[in-house]
Amino acid sequence: MNFICNFPFFSILLSLFSGTICSVLPAKAAKVVNRVVIAVIGLLSAILLLYLLSVGEPFVYWMGHFPAPWGNEIRAGVLEAGMALFFCIIMYLSMAGGAHKLYDEVDESKHNLYYILVNLLLSSLLALVYTNDMFTAYVFVEINTISACGLIMIRQVGRTIEAAVRYMIMSLLGSGLLLFGLCIMYDLTGHLLMSNIKESVGLLVANGEYQIPLIVSIALMCVGLCIKSALFPFHAWLPDAYGYSTVSSAAILSSLVSKGYIFLLIKIIYRVIGFDNFNSTRIIDVLFVFGLMGMIFGSISAIRENDIRRMIAFSSVAQIGYIYMGFGMGTQTGMVASVYHILSHAATKSLLFIAAIGLTEVSGGSRKFADLTGAGYRNKWAGVAFTVGSLSMVGIPLFSGFISKLLFAQAAVQVEGKMLASLIVLGISTVLNAVYFMKTVIRIYTAAKDSPYGGMTFGKMKIYAITLIFFMLVNVLLGVSSQPVVDLIWQGLTMFS
Amino acid sequence: MSKKKAPEAYQKTFSFRFFRWISGEKDPYLNEIEMRPQAEYHVDPEAVLRREKEHDAILDKVYDTEHNKELKLFHSLYEITSVLFCIFLIALLLITVSYLPAVGTVTRPVNNEVATRYIEDGLEETGAINIVAGMILDYRAFDTLGESHVLFVATITVLILLRLNKGQEDQNDRIFEPKNDAILQLVATFLVPIIMIFGIYIILNGHLGPGGGFSGGAVIGAGLVLYLNAFGFAKTERFFTEKTYKWVCFFSLSFYCLAKSYSFYTGANQLHSVIPKGTPGAILSSGLILPLNIAVGLVVACTIYAFYAMFRKGGF
Repeated sequence: MNFICNFPFFSILLSLFSGTICSVLPAKAAKVVNRVVIAVIGLLSAILLLYLLSVGEPFVYWMGHFPAPWGNEIRAGVLEAGMALFFCIIMYLSMAGGAHKLYDEVDESKHNLYYILVNLLLSSLLALVYTNDMFTAYVFVEINTISACGLIMIRQVGRTIEAAVRYMIMSLLGSGLLLFGLCIMYDLTGHLLMSNIKESVGLLVANGEYQIPLIVSIALMCVGLCIKSALFPFHAWLPDAYGYSTVSSAAILSSLVSKGYIFLLIKIIYRVIGFDNFNSTRIIDVLFVFGLMGMIFGSISAIRENDIRRMIAFSSVAQIGYIYMGFGMGTQTGMVASVYHILSHAATKSLLFIAAIGLTEVSGGSRKFADLTGAGYRNKWAGVAFTVGSLSMVGIPLFSGFISKLLFAQAAVQVEGKMLASLIVLGISTVLNAVYFMKTVIRIYTAAKDSPYGGMTFGKMKIYAITLIFFMLVNVLLGVSSQPVVDLIWQGLTMFS
Repeated sequence: MSKKKAPEAYQKTFSFRFFRWISGEKDPYLNEIEMRPQAEYHVDPEAVLRREKEHDAILDKVYDTEHNKELKLFHSLYEITSVLFCIFLIALLLITVSYLPAVGTVTRPVNNEVATRYIEDGLEETGAINIVAGMILDYRAFDTLGESHVLFVATITVLILLRLNKGQEDQNDRIFEPKNDAILQLVATFLVPIIMIFGIYIILNGHLGPGGGFSGGAVIGAGLVLYLNAFGFAKTERFFTEKTYKWVCFFSLSFYCLAKSYSFYTGANQLHSVIPKGTPGAILSSGLILPLNIAVGLVVACTIYAFYAMFRKGGF
């Protein structure tokens, strides 16, 4: 076996182990460890991606001395390696962009705890990406949930505690439903390993046995993961959790944590249930309808919001709706569009959160729109970055959001019966997106008369500005050279089945 | 009072001392106890009334329930919907269960080659007589590695929530805790060593019989909590402080991570592992399972004690 095949295992164990190490280090050293680990794992994933592209087929890796189905197993294909690389990039940028805010909002003695949580969160995300075993996925979903709670409440003000409690209750409900679904699935198939479950499910479907428990099990797993990734009717925990936590946490939660669960759902659809079996259930229609509703209601809530952070948070509800709409189309092109939107939304939403913090800082810390007037002039870098993010969200060519909307529209045209609804809602949602994002952009570039707040120069926020530049680069790269990325997603999804 | 003996003679008998002890006038440890009737507890009727209406008052203030018809409607609808939803979910799950394969039949899908190999070859392949220990710490060790980190991350989150920030030390309420309860101390002196030995036994016996790191660690943790309650923080801190917790957790988890990394690495790359299996049944057998059980046990014991200490006083 090639040595590079060890890299997924190294990545997971390295981030787990660095969490333990950070617990005995002082805050400064923990910060260095955290950054180095994220960078190293990103590098390992990049090498793995190149290797997989040259080999052209996925591989499985035994976690121990026993082959599956007796032992644990992880699996790496192009899509998994690409996701791991992308998650590392976004996580590194989010941590770098929010570092100065961490000093303001979190007590110095708790900084190393923050880095422990981030490391463990990264390891759980990597495990969710690479795992080939449903129970391993559940264990790491637990780690993910608890550390996300910690990320929310590390900034200890009333609203974050309330948000963390809400998040915990909703998220645990989601985990519980996932576990129910998993138990039923185990009872029906006798396996926990994804490939073996898929085989058994294929037999069950072909023989027409146990139809009702099978559907219930699939539905429970879907609902569980939908709650955890804040699909429309289950999004009540989201605005406070994203709106009041410290900014790195908000960026990580919105762009990585919810995406990790969605990626797990994609894995379940392809590798556990089977794409065709999943599409023959009515569940995709439910996902489709809720996705469409989320696209509209999320945007409407965002328009009514008078707090920039909460507005961006509500916009996430709409964007998650797009992703589920892609699932609901039930075609490979729809799924590719969804996966592309995962990338595009993760890159854009974290950029918006980080940029918004720069704007609020030069407005006396206020997040109300009235105070943000002219903030784009006071902090030029944040203003430009926010504009780029907004344009991408609305779907202007050159930026990543345009490509995902294009892909969704192309996918919709190929689906009979759902085309009209998707295209109409896509149109309405784009207009609504434009309403609240362009309103904000116009607001921050309206010259304020006798503003009491001072400006911010490049010299005072070097790391922050450089982070923003990288974020914008990622965004534009995704938007300009989308074809290789889309090819990669196609290849990865083909490798799944 | 006895009528057969003179009062002076009676005062020297055992029964006299016994009945005094029963009535609480004299204690073998504290000697004479002065008994005073407790002052009767007076309740202010107004305060009771205020407390009873507190909930309504808060609702009134926050939501303005009298004027907010919309909210009133929402609350009643909310209650009805949640009850209906719960009934629906319960019914759905019950119906699903009725369609599942019957328990106890041979043809159930779960009776497959996976369980067969665990039962038939488990002893030979892992060296552990306790099949469950072999399964969680050898066959599926990656899941258990994740599970022990769940405990770790849970403690970290509780630390974030409950540890006092700098400048909040005045909120520390340990000075108010009751001290030196003689009965508790005597019982603890007897019980704590037994509990500890039992916990250690469960951990060390994990690969030979029922037990293991998680259960044994919980028992040891309970023993530590009992000791803390009896003797107070001052005594416990002589051997268990936040530093101890930090380093014990660090070493156990690092050992777990590194040992298992070695085992995963050799397993996946088909290399020869140098860890001996030993003779099944001996205390030093079954490869890594015993050391891993010890590591897990330490983490669990520390976690339980740390939770208790943090809830009690916001720190160690």
